[in-house]
Order: sequence, then structure tokens, then C-alpha cells
Amino acid sequence: MLADSDRIFKNIFGFESYSLEAARKRGDWSDTASIIAKGKDWIIEEMKKSGLRGRGGAGFPTGMKWSFMPKPSDKPHYLVINADESEPGTCKDRDILRHEPHKLLEGALIAAHAIGAHKCYIYIRGEFYDESSNVWKAIHEARAAGLLGKNAAGTGWDFDVELHRGGGAYICGEESALLESLEGKKGQPRNKPPFPAMAGLYSCPTTVNNVETIASVPEILRRGGAWFAGIGRDPKNTGTKLFCISGHVNNPCNVEEAMGIPMKELIEKHAGGVRGGWDNLLCVIPGGSSTPLLPREICDTVAMDFDSLRAVQSGLGTAGLIVMDKSTDVVYAIARLSYFYMHESCGQCTPCREGTGWMWRIMQRMVKGNSSLEEIDMLLDISKQIEGHTICAHGDASAWPIQGLFRHFRPVVEQRILDYRKQIKAAA
Amino acid sequence: MKPRIAPPELQPASFTFTDTAKVADILSRYPADRKQSAVMPLLDLVMRQMAGEVKEGGGWIPEAAMEEIARICEMPRIKVFEVATFYSMYILAPIGKYHIQCCTTTPCWLRGSSDIVKACEEAAGCHVGETSSDKMFTISEVECLGACVNAPMVQINDEYYEDLTPARMQEIMAALRAGKEVPKGPQIKRVSSMSAAGPTTLTEEAKKAGVA
Repeated sequence: MLADSDRIFKNIFGFESYSLEAARKRGDWSDTASIIAKGKDWIIEEMKKSGLRGRGGAGFPTGMKWSFMPKPSDKPHYLVINADESEPGTCKDRDILRHEPHKLLEGALIAAHAIGAHKCYIYIRGEFYDESSNVWKAIHEARAAGLLGKNAAGTGWDFDVELHRGGGAYICGEESALLESLEGKKGQPRNKPPFPAMAGLYSCPTTVNNVETIASVPEILRRGGAWFAGIGRDPKNTGTKLFCISGHVNNPCNVEEAMGIPMKELIEKHAGGVRGGWDNLLCVIPGGSSTPLLPREICDTVAMDFDSLRAVQSGLGTAGLIVMDKSTDVVYAIARLSYFYMHESCGQCTPCREGTGWMWRIMQRMVKGNSSLEEIDMLLDISKQIEGHTICAHGDASAWPIQGLFRHFRPVVEQRILDYRKQIKAAA
Repeated sequence: MKPRIAPPELQPASFTFTDTAKVADILSRYPADRKQSAVMPLLDLVMRQMAGEVKEGGGWIPEAAMEEIARICEMPRIKVFEVATFYSMYILAPIGKYHIQCCTTTPCWLRGSSDIVKACEEAAGCHVGETSSDKMFTISEVECLGACVNAPMVQINDEYYEDLTPARMQEIMAALRAGKEVPKGPQIKRVSSMSAAGPTTLTEEAKKAGVA
């Protein structure tokens, strides 16, 4: 188990105040100027050494993303922090926003310096009202203390942060939809290329990073990339990670653990185990709703990191585990996610706009068994026709949960269809 | 999903922002030539202002306000309508004083959100998508609100109420109806998202804070 001394987020549960004074006592803002004095090349190199992969779901290496930003020109550069946390099963950024906002702001200053940005927007999901007011207060405290503004924190770098509240659209967690939304439009993803590093917010070079990614930066640079890289299972899956454990466990909770911790250990040590014991486990969605579920046999041994979960045809995603015990109607559990993806489709691409509705309607019937065995293959075919045929990954994300269901629980659905037919016959 | 828009007879003829300093503050957050970025915070401000102005129920966004925002942000009004109808949080028709948004996505469903919805309907005397006859409550079913380890949960206006039971949900609604304050956040003995059985990490910090 990760030692408490190696945890980045010491106030993740809000034991102490989120104020600047309390944050300073925990070490935030202690030597920001000396970190920045080492220069942007050092910062990016150290981030690469740390092996930090983006914590928003896709797992793209952070140092590399920063290095894609072009050289300074007459166009301003922007840092945009994605705090639109909405992936079902995920509630980790919320805790950083409400309990550790100064870590986020300090990380923002360092990241902004590395990518040449003087301005940062934090796009926070609209429903997080208390969270946004805590961040708001932290911004004001930081401005008053000279940590933001001209010569921010004595670094010689001018930098300010603004907060932008979203309007309740999951799709705005997709970075280009987020930028559209920030520009005052409907949140509909953009075609890529151009990528945000070339043409992002207001067509200017922009880096979009997740909250947890940015808030981890100061501690990584203070303790060195090698420290962070030393935690985890292998060089591609490093560091500490916030996990959210929800569903049928005895004590649902958030926890910061080492990347690569076995799933079983994570659930049993921190969440009090599966309701009714490990043998009562049916399956786990390991990384937020879009990652395909894993049946118990895989959960017995799988490690919680990007590549281990990829190897079992799922993913780490946002590291939000949704645990289901044997009492669960797994068909409904996945059908409910199909409803979610239909509801949240932005409507721009036909395969996703229409297909998510088709899948929900078929899934709804499959919950009852009112379907046919052939229709299972048709449903899977639809999911394949959506996957990879849309501008953004929402289409893929809507297809994966269904594909995961049939990969591991096809006999359950088949049995339900046969039972339903028997019932109909008996009634007739 | 199709937004609910108030019929013409309920639309006020005009709308003016009363807090002009706030409008200026919102505009100042964005580049001077990018006023359109202010459309979302301004829509939110309309709802907050209307909440104080309506005789009963909660705040909503009339069409006149969208026209006013189009003028302020120097953008076509259809673009404001597009934004107002795209995002689920912008309420475009009269609504109850307390908007109860029940999360029913899978993590909350696994922890019993269906029973919470039933409890809400019972206490309000109306169904999901409707407003109670006393205009106190509107009940909605919404998608994941991002508090999954504190499921089941609901959002009432700006606040989250977490770790609910149907009985507790009805107590909360009775208290709101009686004009009483209800503590937000977890409704069981629990510190935010920490395990309800006590800390499994940060034990020294927990001791110092007196939670373990």
C-alpha cells in the first residue's frame, strides 16, 4: 500500500480548510518561484521523466502534450483546465476542487509557464456549485497574496486564472467541445486536426489538461520526476492515482493509491470489500462508465493501470470503479448507461445521434428479454458501426459498455430471451 | 432531449439585469472581442435574478432575457437560444421553488436511486418532470452528478444531498416545505468521500482532525 508520505493529496477528504493559509502549511506554494526558475525545458523534461499520463481518461503523456505547444508568436497561448467531471462512476476531481484548490492553482501557474500561457480558464461542471465557489475563493486569495497576477508568486511570469461554469452537458468534457462551450457556443466537438495545441481556444494555441493532472504537477516537480516514476507497476504506468469506488461495496469511497494496485486489494483494503464478500462479486466497470465491464474471474487478478486493463479489453479511464454484486441485473445496469449516452449525445454526427437511441431502445427490450437471438448480433453490429465513425469518442464510449456486456454475459441475455419466449408461449 | 419552453402568455415583455456590476464582472473575464463567451454565466445570472423576482417557484430564463443577452454579447439571438436549449441546466419555463434533481445513472441506481425517486414523488405529490401543486418542488431525473461514492444522491437547487435513504429524503423535503434549513452533503455520519467506516489512509491527518 502507498505510504501516506507518498500521497500528493493530503487534504483530499477536507479534514482541514481549503484556505491559502492551511494550504501553505501543507506545503503548497512553498517554492513555486524556484521551480519556475529552472526553466520550461527542465519542467517539461521532468514531467516526461515522471511518466505522468493525463488523468482525465485518455492517459496521454502530460510532458509530451506540453511539448507540442508552438513557439511564442503574436497569438496568446491558453491553458484550459478540464473540470467538467461527468463520467458516471467518477468523483475525484470534485474533491480536489473543493478541498485542494490551491494545488490546482499552483500547478496551473507552473503548467502555464511551461506552455507559454499567461491566462488559464478552469471549465467546471455547472452542477459543482460549492466546488466552484471554493475555487473562486482560492483564486481571490491567491490574487490578493500576489500568487496570481503580475509577476505571479515572484516568478517573473504574469498569470491569471478565470473560472467558467458549464451548463450540464457531459460532452463538454471532450476537450474540443469544452473549447466551443467556453467560446459561448453549443458544446459540439470539433474536427481534428487542427489539434488544440495549434488552434484551440479562440483559435489560439491551447493545452487542455484534467484537474488531477495539473494538481499533481507541483508535488512531482518538488520531489522529482524520478520519485513519481518510482511508484507503480512499470515505467508506462507510474505514480499515484485517485480511485473512486462506488456501487455494491461496503464502504464506497475515494482514495489515492499507487498506480497498478491489484483491483481486489483496492476494493478490499479501502472500500471494505464487496457487499456479501468477494465471492458475491458479479463484475466491475473499472474506469468510469465507458470502459467495458470485467467479470469476477478477471477482477481476481487484474491490476489497476492503463496497460493492465487494456490487456483485458477494458481501460483505466478515469479510475472510477463501479462494483456490482450478484444481485445486480447487469443487463439493466448497462442499458441505463445506453440511456445516458443517448441523452448526452450532442447530436452532431448521425451514427452517434441516431445509433445511441437505437442501442438504448434495443437494450430496453433486452432487459425484458423481448428480443431475438439474432438481434444480439445486430446490436453488436450497430455498436461497431458507431465506434470509430464519429468526430469525437462519445460514439465509441456508447458502444464499449454494450460490447463488454456481450463479451462476458451473452449467455445471460440469451437465457432471458428464451425465458421471455417461453412466457409468451405459455400465455398464448 | 427536448427542453421545456414557457408558452407566450407566461413570457414577460422585457428583462433588465439589476446587478450591472456583476454583468460587467462577467464580461471582464473574457477578451474584449470575445463577448460571446459570457453567454453561459449570463444565462445563469438570469435564473438567479428571476428566483428573487418571481412570486412563487424558482428562477427561469424568459425569452426577453435571451434577447438582452444577445444585445450585451453582440451575438445573434438564435445563438443564445441554441446555447440555452443545448445545456440541461438552463431552465426555460416556470419551475418549483426547490428543483430536486435525482441522479439515476448506474452508480446511483445500484445504491437504490429508484426508491429515492419514488420517495420524492410521494412527498411532492407529483411525478418526475412535474411541479407540485404548491409550486414548492419540481422533480427531475438527471444524469450522473459526479458524487458516485456518496450514492444515492440528489441535487436541490445549488446543493448536493448525499448518502440518502427514502425516509431521509422525505424528511429533507418536509423540512424544506416548513422553511427549515437542512444540512447539505452526506446525510450519514461521514466526512465527504472518505469511507464511512473511518479512514484507511491519511490516518495521522484524520486523528489531528478528530475524525478517527
